[in-house]
Amino acid sequence: MRATTQSERLGMFTRALSSNTMQETAKGANVKMRVQNLDFYYGTFRAIADVTMDIPENRITAIIGSSGCGKSTLLRTFNRMGDLVAHTRVQGRVLLDGENIYDRNMDVVLVRRRVGMVFQRPNPFPKSTFDNVAYGPRLLGANGRELEQIVEQSLRDAALWDEVKDKLHESGLALSGGQQQRLCVARAIAVKPEVILMDEPCSALDPIATYKIEELMIQLRNDYTIVIVTHNMQQAARVSDFTAFMNMTLQRAGVLVEFGATKQVFTNPRQKETEDYITGRFG
Amino acid sequence: MDTSVKFLSANRARYARRKLTNAVMLGLTGAATVLAIVPLIWITVYVTIQGSRFLNIEFFTQLPTPVGVPGGGVVNAIVGTGIVVAIACAIAIPVAIVGAFFAADHPNTPLGIAIRFGTDVLSGIPSIVMGIFAYTLIVLPQRRFSAFSAGVALAIIMLPLVLRTTEEMLKLVPRNLREGSLALGASNWKTSVQVLLPAALNGVVTGIMLAIARAAGEAAPMLFTAFGSTGLNTDLDQPTATLPHTIYIYAMSPFKDWQEKAWAAALILIVLVLGLNILARALTWWRARQMGLNY
Repeated sequence: MRATTQSERLGMFTRALSSNTMQETAKGANVKMRVQNLDFYYGTFRAIADVTMDIPENRITAIIGSSGCGKSTLLRTFNRMGDLVAHTRVQGRVLLDGENIYDRNMDVVLVRRRVGMVFQRPNPFPKSTFDNVAYGPRLLGANGRELEQIVEQSLRDAALWDEVKDKLHESGLALSGGQQQRLCVARAIAVKPEVILMDEPCSALDPIATYKIEELMIQLRNDYTIVIVTHNMQQAARVSDFTAFMNMTLQRAGVLVEFGATKQVFTNPRQKETEDYITGRFG
Repeated sequence: MDTSVKFLSANRARYARRKLTNAVMLGLTGAATVLAIVPLIWITVYVTIQGSRFLNIEFFTQLPTPVGVPGGGVVNAIVGTGIVVAIACAIAIPVAIVGAFFAADHPNTPLGIAIRFGTDVLSGIPSIVMGIFAYTLIVLPQRRFSAFSAGVALAIIMLPLVLRTTEEMLKLVPRNLREGSLALGASNWKTSVQVLLPAALNGVVTGIMLAIARAAGEAAPMLFTAFGSTGLNTDLDQPTATLPHTIYIYAMSPFKDWQEKAWAAALILIVLVLGLNILARALTWWRARQMGLNY
C-alpha cells in the first residue's frame, strides 16, 4: 500500500524505470568490487565514513547524493585517484576480484589499467583523435595494424566512429563537448578495463549529448562494470541497475545511507533520508 | 526622485574629484608604459641605424682584419656564438626540463623545495661569477680556454631560467589532463613526457628562447672561457670568438673602424636572437593551432 502511494508521488521516476533498460533484474550478478569499512581522510578531516558496499559485475551502479557528500571522493578511491592529492589517507579495504587494491604489493598503475575513469569535464589530450584513443594501447605495446583496429573498435564502441572517421588526425580538442566526452570513453575502453568509473560524465553536456552518453553506458554494460556518480536523479533512475544514496553526517563526513536495486531505492526507499532526497524534500 | 537629486548635488564635488583622480592615474599609467617602451625602441633604432651603415655581405663571411685594413667581417664570432650557445643548450635544457618535472610533481618535498630555492638563488648570481666558475672548473685544469668551457658557463646561466619557466608552465597544465593519463594506467614519467610536456610546450619554448637570448648576449663570462680568437674555430676544445666578446673588444678599442664594426656586430647579435625568437614563436603557434590548444 505504502509502495503505491510512493510510486504515485514518484511518477517522474517510475516512468523512467519502466523503460526496458531496467527490466533485467540484477539478482545473480557477481560482485566485482567490494568496499569494506572505507574511511577517507583529507588531512584530519574525515570525508568518507565507514562505507561498505558491493559493486555488481556487468551492472551500472549509480552513486547519488547532495553536493559535497563525498560521492566523487568515494568513486576516486576505487582506482586510487585519491592518492594523487597530498595528505590523504585511506582506511578499510577496496577489493577488486577479491584483492585489496590498497594492499602494499598492489601496483597502482595496474589497478588503474583495470579500473578506468571518465571525468566530469571532457579531458582529451592535446593530441589528435587517433592519438588520444591510441594513448593507452600504446602504453601496453600495441602498434601498427593492431593499434588501428583497437582505435577503430574503441571509437565504434563509444558511438563516435562515424562522426570522426574522416578527421582522425585532427585535434581531439576540435570536437564538440559531447564528442569529446565520448572520445574520453573511447580512450578509457581502448585499454579494455574491467571497471569504468564515471564522475558526473554528463554534467558539462547538453541534453542530447547526455542522452548519447546514457545510451552508450547501457551498451557498455554488457562488457564492463560501470560506476557512475551523478547529481541527476532522473539519470540514475534511467540508466542504473543499482543505486547508492550518500549523505553527510553533522561532521560533514560522507556516509552510505542506502544501497539497493535502483527500482527499490526510487520507489520504496528503506530510509526516510533517501525518500526525502529523491522526492525533493531534502534539507 | 527628490531625494536622489539632492543626493547627486550633494555629491557633485566628490564626483568631480573622483573623475579627476581617475584621469590623473590613467595619465600616469600611460606615461609609465611609454617610458618602459622608450629604451627598447631607442636601442633598436639606434643600433639599426649605426650598425647598418657598416653592414655588408663580407661582414658575415670574412674573418676579422687588423686595425686599419678595410673590409673583413666577424664570421668567426657568429659561428663561435652559435657553437657556444648550442653547447649551453645541450647541457642546460635536458637537465632543466627533467628537473622541472620533479619540482612540479613534488613541490613540497625537501628536494622540490631545494630545487626551487637553488634555482632562484642561481638566477640571481652575476654572470661573471659563472665565468670564473667555469674558468676554475675547466679552463685551469685543461690549461686552455675553450668553446666548451664557455658553453658550461652559459649553461649555468640558462639552467635556472629554463627550469623555473618549465616548472611554472607544467603547473599551468590542467590537472584533469594529468589525471586522465594516470587513469589509463600511465606511469608518472609517461604522463610527464607524453601529456604534460606537449601541453606546456609553448611556454617551455618561450622560456628556452628567453634563456638563449640572455646567454647569447653574455660578454663577461666569455672573458675567462671562450677568450676570443681571430681565426675561425670549430674545435670545441679551442679558444673561440663570440659576438658579445667581439663587440666588447671592438667597442673598447681606440680605433674608429673597429668601433664601427662593433655597431655592426651588435646589430647582428640582435637580429640573430630576434630571428630565433620569431622562428620559435611561429613554430609553436603553428603547432598550437594544429593541436587546437588554447591555454
